[in-house]
Amino acid sequence: MQLRFTPSEEAFRTELREFFTTEIPEDIRRRNAEGKTIYPDDIVTTTQILNKRGIAVPAWPVEAGGQDWTPVQHHIWREEMALNFVPDLLPFNAGMVGPVIAQFGNDAQKERFLPITRNLDLWWCQGFSEPEAGSDLASLKTRAVRDGDHYVVNGQKTWTTLGQFAKWIFMLVRTDPDVKKQAGISFLLIDLDTPGIEMRPIQLIDGGYEVNEVFFSDVRVPVENLVGEENQGWTIAKFLLGNERSGIARVGYTKTKLARAKKLASEITTPNGTLLDDPAIASRLADLENQLLALEITQLRVVAGSANGKQNPASSLLKLRGSELQQEAMELLADIAGPDSLPVAGVDAADANGTADVASPEWAQLTVPTYLNYRKVTIYGGSSEVQRQIIDKAVLGL
Amino acid sequence: MEFDLSEEQVMLRDTVRDVLTSTYDVETLRSVTDTDLGWSRELWNSLAEIGILGLVFSEDDGGMGAGPEELSVVMGELGASLAPEPLLGSVIVPGMLVARTADDAIRADIIGGLSSGERLLAFAHTEPGDRWPHAAVKTTAVGGKLTGTKTLVDHGDVADTFVVSARETDGTIGLYLVAADADGLTRSAYRTHDRRRGAQVELTGATGTRLGSGDASQVISDVEVATQSALCAEAVGAMTRALQLTVEYLKTRKQFGVPLATFQALTHRAADMYVSNELAQSMSTYFTAALADGDYDPIIASRAKLQICRSGRHVGQEAIQMHGGIGMTAEYPVGHYVSRLTAISHTLGDADSHLARLSGSVSEWDMVTVG
Ligand SMILES: Cc1cc2nc3c(=O)[nH]c(=O)nc-3n(C[C@H](O)[C@H](O)[C@H](O)COP(=O)(O)OP(=O)(O)OC[C@H]3O[C@@H](n4cnc5c(N)ncnc54)[C@H](O)[C@@H]3O)c2cc1C
Repeated sequence: MQLRFTPSEEAFRTELREFFTTEIPEDIRRRNAEGKTIYPDDIVTTTQILNKRGIAVPAWPVEAGGQDWTPVQHHIWREEMALNFVPDLLPFNAGMVGPVIAQFGNDAQKERFLPITRNLDLWWCQGFSEPEAGSDLASLKTRAVRDGDHYVVNGQKTWTTLGQFAKWIFMLVRTDPDVKKQAGISFLLIDLDTPGIEMRPIQLIDGGYEVNEVFFSDVRVPVENLVGEENQGWTIAKFLLGNERSGIARVGYTKTKLARAKKLASEITTPNGTLLDDPAIASRLADLENQLLALEITQLRVVAGSANGKQNPASSLLKLRGSELQQEAMELLADIAGPDSLPVAGVDAADANGTADVASPEWAQLTVPTYLNYRKVTIYGGSSEVQRQIIDKAVLGL
Repeated sequence: MEFDLSEEQVMLRDTVRDVLTSTYDVETLRSVTDTDLGWSRELWNSLAEIGILGLVFSEDDGGMGAGPEELSVVMGELGASLAPEPLLGSVIVPGMLVARTADDAIRADIIGGLSSGERLLAFAHTEPGDRWPHAAVKTTAVGGKLTGTKTLVDHGDVADTFVVSARETDGTIGLYLVAADADGLTRSAYRTHDRRRGAQVELTGATGTRLGSGDASQVISDVEVATQSALCAEAVGAMTRALQLTVEYLKTRKQFGVPLATFQALTHRAADMYVSNELAQSMSTYFTAALADGDYDPIIASRAKLQICRSGRHVGQEAIQMHGGIGMTAEYPVGHYVSRLTAISHTLGDADSHLARLSGSVSEWDMVTVG
């Protein structure tokens, strides 16, 4: 048993920290710390700086531009990014389509897409979910019918995150409606400039627009954009969703939120000192910190036990608890803000949620929209119920 | 970063597991805990033979020279089997106090006797009105004569000698050895809800032998932290077994013509029990590793105990619930695990008191982190 990082792991951490804090522009990291990241610019700038150094996509295969790191090094990389307020890289590129193309794509696709995906010259979005296909993703209906050297795509995708910045979408489409539902799905790459595609924004409860619905009518997609074999899409989807879960606990991120909550609470005065002297608040903080520590150690156990590169079913535990703790941290911040969280914008209906020009501090005004926004994390990436189902089947054998 | 047990630790675990599981099923357990003693001398001798009683004591003193990791391994097995043998109360806790304070002659004598199974000690510390973390230590030591009342002395019923904490005339705390048959010492034995034993000890001018010199507060605190770690490991063993029993039951018990495992209202709660159990395991491991590093930090102890109490209660209560009526019976093990987990949660501070300690210190660090 040894719960310390080795000296070389510590050196690796120091080197990354130094790089993040000197090479990623201060204003980008500050905006991220304050929850005001500018999309897409901050993400693009950050990704390109990291990519230049060769560490934008360490989890990819080495020949695709990844790093030959140990699981512990990958862990340190993720945590140091978060602890130093480097914005999260675009998951659709770094965590989803990139690894898929590297694993299932042909040489032409690898050559064409991997470099621009890695460098975020090409912004991808994810077209999996449909109005009638959520947790039961395999029931998706968007049709792709072969016509010569094209597929003709008809249907609708929804919840397409940050699709407004995307140039391309990777999709699950139905290529064979007459077989078991998992067996008739294919994985297609589609240029969003193709005629017949319409994207409409969906406003979320935080007032923001981060998701979209996408409509496809007679969209002609070259057959060369099929990844893997026709009807192999479900295998690819499972590979992708497995990757999506790892690193989703976001322990480092939540740590920074709790640290912020503590600092803010200590700056708010009450008749009895500061809010941090309030036993109820102090106890909520201490309790959350402890749960986060328990999750961090559990994550390290999973990391240390995953040296063979296999997905550990315990990663469902990390998604389940990690998402809940992110939500609880946001909830705590909103409660610390209290009544100062009420104003969020000027009265002009066209004003996006942000801040109103009143005495309530800016951070306080941002808390409730963020809290509301974070209700999503237990829904997407496999809802909490889906994670419990995975634990039941894959771990407990129920 | 290495979480796995070493080869020797795995061997130790398997050996202890073999001895315990070949001794105890729930029926044997009940018949043994129904005796006056409440545990088995025979098993005790086996534990002495395979070196478990002397596990954590130095080889010079007649022990095995193992550390906190090995102790946690053994405690996990005791927890899983519910074995009532008083390894902690009669051997480890008083033995660690003696090992850290006594001069060579006393130490060798006592530790040797504990390791061979011939001697049983007990730590007489808490007093009426004490509640963790507060220990008044109103018992006085005047010229080596001790007077006071010690309550809740773990396995004080059979101890041949007590390690007694007492307030010196200068206000410091000293530790004394007092023979159980000393004049001026009386004890009242009791049984606990988890079928263990204890005693209240009255001292009226009983003669004691001072262990070491100087204030013993730090030693007591360190031993308390080490005890806490052992209890956490035991609790994880117990809750892991309670979860296993529940999962097996969901697979086999049929209602409405199908196994209970068909009902998601139950399996999702089982998944949550698994999560609780893993988090507890993580914190127990973390705590043990800190001790192995020589770090007897009460804050780490509180962190671990908080999680263990929370998880133990969650897993235990759900285990009974998902067994239905059978979970309520004394014939079935699940309730006994819950009773044991509850006893552990009320020993050396429960979730609320550890959370209070952590929240009282919360402004002392910016960010919580491992190490
Ligand atoms: C903000 C946001 C961003 C998203 N971004 C994307 C994106 O970029 N691309 C994309 O493809 N998708 C995206 N999604 C979609 C997301 O993956 C789905 O919302 C998710 O799969 C759940 O599907 P659903 O919303 O249809 O809910 P449903 O599947 O209808 O579920 C409703 C409720 O029932 C529960 N439930 C469902 N089935 C079961 C079951 N068998 N047992 C027990 N409980 C069950 C669910 O857990 C949930 O609580 C996003 C979602 C959100 C909210």
